[in-house]
Amino acid sequence: MSRAMFGRAARSAVMSQGVDMSATLGSLAMPSPVLTASGCAASGRELDQFFDITKIGAIVTKSVMLRARSGRPTPRMCETPSGMLNSIGLQGPGIEDFIEEDLAWLTSRGARTVVSIAGESVEEYGKLAQKLRPAAGVGAIEVNISCPNVDARNQVFACDPELAANVIQTVRRQSESQTPIFAKLSPDVTDITEIARSVIRAGVDGLTVINTTLGMVIDVETMRPALAGVTGGLSGPAIRPIALRCVWQIRQAFPDIPILGVGGIRTGLDALQFILAGANAVSVGTMTFNDPSAPFRVQNELALALADRGFESVSQAISYGHRGADVFELEAEGETEPE
Amino acid sequence: MPIQVRGEVLDVRRAGSYYVLSITASGIPESFRPGHFVTIGIGGEESGLILQRAFAIHQVQSRGVYGGTLDVVVGVHGKGSRWLSERRRHDTLEIVGPLGKPFILPKEGVPCVLVGGGYGSAPLFMLAEQLRERGCRVDVVLGASTEEKLYGVLDIKRVSSMLTITTEDGSSGTKGRVTDVLPGIMERSNSVVVYACGPMGMLEAVAAIASEYRAYSQCSVEEAMACGIGICMTCVLPVIGEDGLTRMVRSCVEGPIFRGDLVRWAEIGTIPADALGAPALDAS
Repeated sequence: MSRAMFGRAARSAVMSQGVDMSATLGSLAMPSPVLTASGCAASGRELDQFFDITKIGAIVTKSVMLRARSGRPTPRMCETPSGMLNSIGLQGPGIEDFIEEDLAWLTSRGARTVVSIAGESVEEYGKLAQKLRPAAGVGAIEVNISCPNVDARNQVFACDPELAANVIQTVRRQSESQTPIFAKLSPDVTDITEIARSVIRAGVDGLTVINTTLGMVIDVETMRPALAGVTGGLSGPAIRPIALRCVWQIRQAFPDIPILGVGGIRTGLDALQFILAGANAVSVGTMTFNDPSAPFRVQNELALALADRGFESVSQAISYGHRGADVFELEAEGETEPE
Repeated sequence: MPIQVRGEVLDVRRAGSYYVLSITASGIPESFRPGHFVTIGIGGEESGLILQRAFAIHQVQSRGVYGGTLDVVVGVHGKGSRWLSERRRHDTLEIVGPLGKPFILPKEGVPCVLVGGGYGSAPLFMLAEQLRERGCRVDVVLGASTEEKLYGVLDIKRVSSMLTITTEDGSSGTKGRVTDVLPGIMERSNSVVVYACGPMGMLEAVAAIASEYRAYSQCSVEEAMACGIGICMTCVLPVIGEDGLTRMVRSCVEGPIFRGDLVRWAEIGTIPADALGAPALDAS
């Protein structure tokens, strides 16, 4: 992969099964629309043992904070029907060690990298963006806004349109103008398009849809919450329909905003659903725990699924699920060429 | 380096309370060392049980009609392990391994004690063989709550210099726990290394006894894992590093074998206030 692919350079066709798999997220050009998901790939090193991480769209790194963080006590995880709860508490190195070690490794490895950042105040998000500004290899920044704001009674940024917009404005201001900024939205809101509207106005380049949704399990033997953190984020196929609905609603409301779809994607056909609903690219998250090569497998299955349906490129399929009745009729008459 | 393979079940047999699965897993036995583990997918491609289950590798054979095969010992605790126990010959399984850091073996033929709690004895068999090959005296202690929860008594007897059994109900061997008999064995054998695998409480007690006798201990921990390969951050426990600093380390990639004197056993399930990145330090 040439360095030019990092820039906003013209997309070059990357063929698989006769389908052009190239994809973009804002100005980040990628050879594939399949990425890892934040918190489900660490910083790529472990997965590189199972598949060539430069062959997928990009590695979305685990959310990094300003300082090293130990996370929450164990148990941090609990399996649920078709999913799991986690309450890791953002364990990780601070931003400086991350840039020096993880980001440097990803860059030398030739992987495209979406850096996920998380803060506990608007100011902290700004500092994180500042630290990333001179760093090489930042393909895009994904802003994890599903954190409590210590300055505002622990209100979660992602659940308040104004707080979310403040974070995005600050990150936007502190970042290189050509670095795409994505906001990762929480489904735990009444109207996700309202939050989307607010961060779009604040200058976001795209949306990651969705983060985990809050859940809990009680251990009936101990008769206490199964997680030390009491509640945790639910992920996996269990939340796929919720994620898909959120992508659909946001695409309906905002025809042009780049969307990275994520939530329980297990197969190429799951990824196809997200693309048909309006996602420009997708992240494979929790299912990587089940199958360490899942992102690569999903990519191959998606190419096959697109080819089977007569698509020549991923971009042709984006939002195809929203097409009007007239297009539908054409297809019903045996037209195989998509719009 | 770990690999992902689709294995075929060759045999499932009962052993006391447990099930032993023999599975083809070409490529894994070749790089296996005692203490390594594998993860096994549950329920097939459409399964609602999405997390792989981790098992210590019990035995491997790198040659033979089926190519590389490995054995794991399964104790039925829930839906996942029950599903595994119900597998039959020719069923396929998704396997990832070998995973984790193996036991460290002494270079010379020094006396060692191996302690297994319940089916925690599983990874000790090949360890015992390799220690014997190096000329080590290998005393083995197996303990469980009751006789049928002991695993592999007859087989491990073959590779041990001396075998001691304990059961809490006295149904086999000495009535009591492994830690009741361990000090006596340490004294008699002058062992310099203690290897242990079993429940956390047992490991904590064994590590303390090893320290008392100035022996080096190698404990294989059992923490709940989602991935087994180092990406999910769920299986962490507080371990003191070479620099004296405590970190919340992943038992899947930095373990599952830890030096017993470096694990902060009493604080498992907490974040010690002096751990790297602990909330208490953040506030200061």
